[in-house]
Amino acid sequence: MNAAVLYALVGVGLYSLGLYALIVHAHLVRKILAINVMGSGVFLVLVALARRGGEAGTDAVPQAMVITGIVVAVSATALALILVVKLAAETGYATLSGNRQE
Amino acid sequence: MTPTDWIAALLLGMGGVFFLAGTLGLLRFPDVYTRLHALTKADNVGLGLIVLGLSVQADSWVVVGKMLLIWALVLLAGASVAQLIARSVLRRGIRLWRQ
Amino acid sequence: MLLQSGFDVALGLGLLWVAWQALNSSDLFKAIVFFIAFGLLMALAWVRMDAPDIALAEAAIGAGVTGALLLGALARLRASNAGETTMGQAGNGQRRFMASRRLLWIPLLLMAAGLGYAVLSLPGYTPGLSAQVAANLGASGVSNPVTAVLLNFRGYDTLLELVVLLLALLGMWSMAGPAPPPSAEAAAVLDGLSRFLTPLVLLVAAYLLWVGTRAPGGAFQAGSLLGAAGVLLILAGWRANVASTALSLRLVLTAGPGVFVAVAAFSLLMSGQMLKYPPAYAGILILIIEIAATLSIGLTLAGLFLGGRPRGERKSP
Repeated sequence: MNAAVLYALVGVGLYSLGLYALIVHAHLVRKILAINVMGSGVFLVLVALARRGGEAGTDAVPQAMVITGIVVAVSATALALILVVKLAAETGYATLSGNRQE
Repeated sequence: MTPTDWIAALLLGMGGVFFLAGTLGLLRFPDVYTRLHALTKADNVGLGLIVLGLSVQADSWVVVGKMLLIWALVLLAGASVAQLIARSVLRRGIRLWRQ
Repeated sequence: MLLQSGFDVALGLGLLWVAWQALNSSDLFKAIVFFIAFGLLMALAWVRMDAPDIALAEAAIGAGVTGALLLGALARLRASNAGETTMGQAGNGQRRFMASRRLLWIPLLLMAAGLGYAVLSLPGYTPGLSAQVAANLGASGVSNPVTAVLLNFRGYDTLLELVVLLLALLGMWSMAGPAPPPSAEAAAVLDGLSRFLTPLVLLVAAYLLWVGTRAPGGAFQAGSLLGAAGVLLILAGWRANVASTALSLRLVLTAGPGVFVAVAAFSLLMSGQMLKYPPAYAGILILIIEIAATLSIGLTLAGLFLGGRPRGERKSP
């Protein structure tokens, strides 16, 4: 087992941890954190799988995809955070109505 | 190993010791002010030693310049952020630790 | 060799532990700080995988800008008393849900095991697209393969990504209303730091942009540095006196996608295909796109951190 496979497995672990937190936590900022960690796990798998075996550097195509992915992730995070802030300003809760007991 | 390698290894090792001491201080010191003290002092010197150690082995002066710039930025950012944290903590009314 | 494997194992375990702390710390502020540390460790992992371009983007955007956005949102949530976790005051349904948490482990562990098996069972060596990239690098106009893929071979992705970034800002502007006013008590140290760092950051951003054609760096890394400078200025209480309707602001925000579309039209005329640059002009076209994209990315990221439409000077309608 080489380092690339190790990092791919770490990526799988991050994805699973993120999915667990996404389901368990009701607070929406925690859900956003969870989705970001899941995304990082996916990126890690993507690049690590391209790295296996190839000794002469990493394939540039998945690298470029991951850079694109990081920028899209920050855009989505910013939009999601402003939605949470607006929701909290309107209702006083940073959770969805199905997840809270009045 | 050439003499430069030995010098580099010595400097890097000393830098590592400073980082270790700083981390130990962060974990073991009693309050936020003493922890900040441990972190900023130790990391500044530790990083300086590591930059020195890497500069000895660097291929060109451009690389040395870049690393010195990084060190200067870390010094500046570390000092400023430590002051900002201490200020905000003091405003929240957290007392200094006394024996 | 052993030392390197040891480092990889330690870094992998560290990533998982820090991610766990970021996801499950009881204090949300602590969770966000752990998330920033997670981003920095991810940057280290990218360096270990010979992907310095991603490492730069991850450190600047994944850890830096995302962390600043999260902390800014947390401050505003605390202002409306929604910043704390709801764990303590869980209702009945919530408690029943917590009890079923232990069962949740079973499907998740099965999924993780399945994914892990899938990763391990893939064929060991796949050539991927690196051969094609290497073969066409000469005609791309740049010598950094990642920049070649981003700005030439997969130009469509990058164009649409710039549009996504712009859409996020427009979405925020339409929902958030005017930006919150600067906090009155910006520290003198922060003010001095921002005055000292801003020119330096501009210099480093220009360097990253310029070096990106042949070494790690490029528009996204440079743009996120500009965005970081903007975040610092906003924290220090500085506000540009432009309204969200100002033409100058809108021109810079749309410069990236706008120039990209213009270049696409130009290449359509020249070679009959969108974003297929004539090799003789490829280098200069990529540089033009990158300069415009850097400015747009920097301003958009700073605008996202501002948390609302810039107020600008009040004018009578």
